[in-house]
Amino acid sequence: MKTPSESAVSLHPQLEALKKAGMELLYPPVPRITVGTAACGLASGAGEVLSAIQTAVKKHNLNAAVTAVGCVGFCQEEPLVDVLLPGRPHVFYRHMDPKKAAALISELSEGHLPTDNALCQFPANGHSPLVDLGIPSHSEIPFFAHQVRTVLKNCGFINPDSLEEYVAVGGYTALWKVLTSMTPEQVISEVKQSGLRGRGGAGFPTGRKWESCRKAHSPDGIRYVICNADEGDPGAYMDRGLLESNPFSVIEGMTIGAYAVGASQGYIYIRHEYPEARKHVENAVAKARSAGLLGSNILGTGFSFDIEISQGGGAFVCGESTALVASIEGRRGEPRDKQHLRTVQSGLFGRPTVLNNVETWANVPLIIANGPDWFASLGTQTSKGTKVFSLVGQVQNTGLVEVPMGMSLRQIIFNIGGGIPNGRSFKAVQTGGPSGGCIPEHLLDLPVDFEALSSAGSMMGSGGMIVMDENTCMVDVARYFTAFLMEESCGKCLPCREGVKRMNQILTDISEGRAKESDLALLEELACVIQDASLCGLGKTAPNPVLSTIRHFRHEYTAHILDRKCPAGVCRALVTYSISPDLCKGCGACVSACPVGAITGERKSPHSISQELCIKCGSCLDVCPTKAVVRV
Amino acid sequence: MAKKISLTIDGFPITVDEGTTILEAARMYGIRIPTLCYMEGLTPYGGCRLCIVEVSRNGGEPQVVASCTYEVQPGIEVRTNTPRILRDRRMLAELLVASAPNVKIAQDIAARLGIHNVRFRFEDNRCILCGLCIRMCFEQMGGHALTFAGHGAWRRVAPPFDKRSELCKQCGGCERICPGTQIPCQGVKPEGYLCGGCAMPEERIYCCPTGNPGCFCELNPL
Repeated sequence: MKTPSESAVSLHPQLEALKKAGMELLYPPVPRITVGTAACGLASGAGEVLSAIQTAVKKHNLNAAVTAVGCVGFCQEEPLVDVLLPGRPHVFYRHMDPKKAAALISELSEGHLPTDNALCQFPANGHSPLVDLGIPSHSEIPFFAHQVRTVLKNCGFINPDSLEEYVAVGGYTALWKVLTSMTPEQVISEVKQSGLRGRGGAGFPTGRKWESCRKAHSPDGIRYVICNADEGDPGAYMDRGLLESNPFSVIEGMTIGAYAVGASQGYIYIRHEYPEARKHVENAVAKARSAGLLGSNILGTGFSFDIEISQGGGAFVCGESTALVASIEGRRGEPRDKQHLRTVQSGLFGRPTVLNNVETWANVPLIIANGPDWFASLGTQTSKGTKVFSLVGQVQNTGLVEVPMGMSLRQIIFNIGGGIPNGRSFKAVQTGGPSGGCIPEHLLDLPVDFEALSSAGSMMGSGGMIVMDENTCMVDVARYFTAFLMEESCGKCLPCREGVKRMNQILTDISEGRAKESDLALLEELACVIQDASLCGLGKTAPNPVLSTIRHFRHEYTAHILDRKCPAGVCRALVTYSISPDLCKGCGACVSACPVGAITGERKSPHSISQELCIKCGSCLDVCPTKAVVRV
Repeated sequence: MAKKISLTIDGFPITVDEGTTILEAARMYGIRIPTLCYMEGLTPYGGCRLCIVEVSRNGGEPQVVASCTYEVQPGIEVRTNTPRILRDRRMLAELLVASAPNVKIAQDIAARLGIHNVRFRFEDNRCILCGLCIRMCFEQMGGHALTFAGHGAWRRVAPPFDKRSELCKQCGGCERICPGTQIPCQGVKPEGYLCGGCAMPEERIYCCPTGNPGCFCELNPL
């Protein structure tokens, strides 16, 4: 883990006071016990663990600081509890439940640091991992060892609701530096020099966007900055992780951006489905405002900027810039043609507007604090810095991972992710959400940057990475994504509304064995037309899952259409289950497992499946001890 | 006086006022671009995408844009009839007529682009979601009685909250402008054909007021 160098600028006295208070909270003279309670942690029971710890601390009369923090990113091991003894490194405990947590506290109250359920140690306040504890260092855990955590550095360590703790880990030094020693032009030039590109998916250079906005004519001088937290890709939760774990970094980034482009009002557009993130952001905005870090005359420098939170209504398309702007304005969230008037020239309420993704904003303070050269030293020639991915699907270690741009997909999936579980083999990885594509095994050495992923028919997207194993049917994957987009398209333009619906119909036909050979050509033609003719980015990228699966897995399509077979055994209409009489011992396990009573047979003699009754759920296959059930 | 902008459309040099859209410029010079959701006097909507054209700058990679919303820029080269545009437009017409085979304008557009067979399953939608009624109500009649509701494949035109709005003056502007209220082709349809009129001209034709099958005259509002 790289540590950003401390800024040389002396801090505002108020920030110094916050920092001092934060250091006392972060490194108290008593044990600090923290529980990761982001939405992912809460879902796996962190709320119960937290209250069990609080009860146990009271019961044992242990003098300890118990705090809820955000998410460290290792979803697989949640709920995670971190114990920080004074003068020692952090120790993480995994898979905690109320019982284990109570046991942990009782051991701590006796003065032991237990090793049961310990995941790893993290350095804290200059204290490196101790070898004699018998707990591995974070650098020995593959999930952490290969990551470069800069944006996520403090996630899961600091209390997301505490401004003091954020300042204590170096927060707001960048803003203070900007407000006291830099002109807006210098800020823009540093961001340009860093090579930061938008993390929302399109990869537009952030500095250039800011510059266009600053130069754009505004009739009354009003400009806006917006944070796009309408993260809707299935399986992607980078922005939620950041907002629930370190919301102040996003707010600081937006404040710096506002100073650079000359805005005095900002909006954070959070999707409706993120109530926890919204709670944390609302709290952070209120704290920053009461500390004078938002509002008029920030830190007495004469610069004024405030943030309003706007909540989406659950439409995926509102992540598109013009639709998002329409939604904040209170209109129907649908895109408009922007060939002429881009958002930077005429965005929110017709004023020049900078719209950046959560992760982009969170990168800004780091660039200012550590210098553009530090940022540009990470990553590849055209894609600088790091990128957070949410690694999900058929992979050993799921979670939020942050890697430098240019790392290969193979390294991410096999080194950090630990490969495919249950001894199965890898089939494809889907990057970029529903607008992205599926990348097959032979392209796994592709470096992760904006250009390389596009050339493979996928895209960077906001950072979702869904790993699929051999039991995944690629036709079914394409069908799933077109069904998602069919619902989430706004329906304004004909190619996206009607075209995606027809793609879904054709794919359903293919997966149900009704398709003709000519349907594949029709599907390809239709996909190309939707790409060409659609109004907004959603439509233009909607055919990507279809085109990329046809490109890399055409044999699966032809198997469905010509042989009426689903090679992965997923498409129910194309598979049949039967029992091999030679292997069946007549144990009856399948009979009791079958939900529809389709299996009959005398005990200790071979059973058989009635094809009329069978609903192809596969329960018999899962329970058969002799592997006599065959799926063809 | 407005600033003049020079560009080429299909190779012809053209000069028009700044702020003119490609579609307006093309029509001014008699170059035909089919449209569905466009109506003079209403804000361009850019929804049907039938008016797509290719635009390139300095011989660069051509971009597909909707000509009804794209304002002319100096030096752009516009092509209205390249193979790519025709392929896209034909596919759009096919999608349109498959979803609304009994709407006259959908039939006309498809017929004019030479589509006789449709490869998608027919649906029987009467509304083609062109949004003309909504813009008519809002922009010309000063009412706010209609809007879009739902999204994706479930998008539809409805009064707010599905109740007749108090703002509706019952002017009938929406009905008048709706292309779906025109009587569709009444000709005898041979098997697999969309429109009987042009395919069987010996049968009596109702689809065009002039009585001339396939004339595509001024009265036929394409």
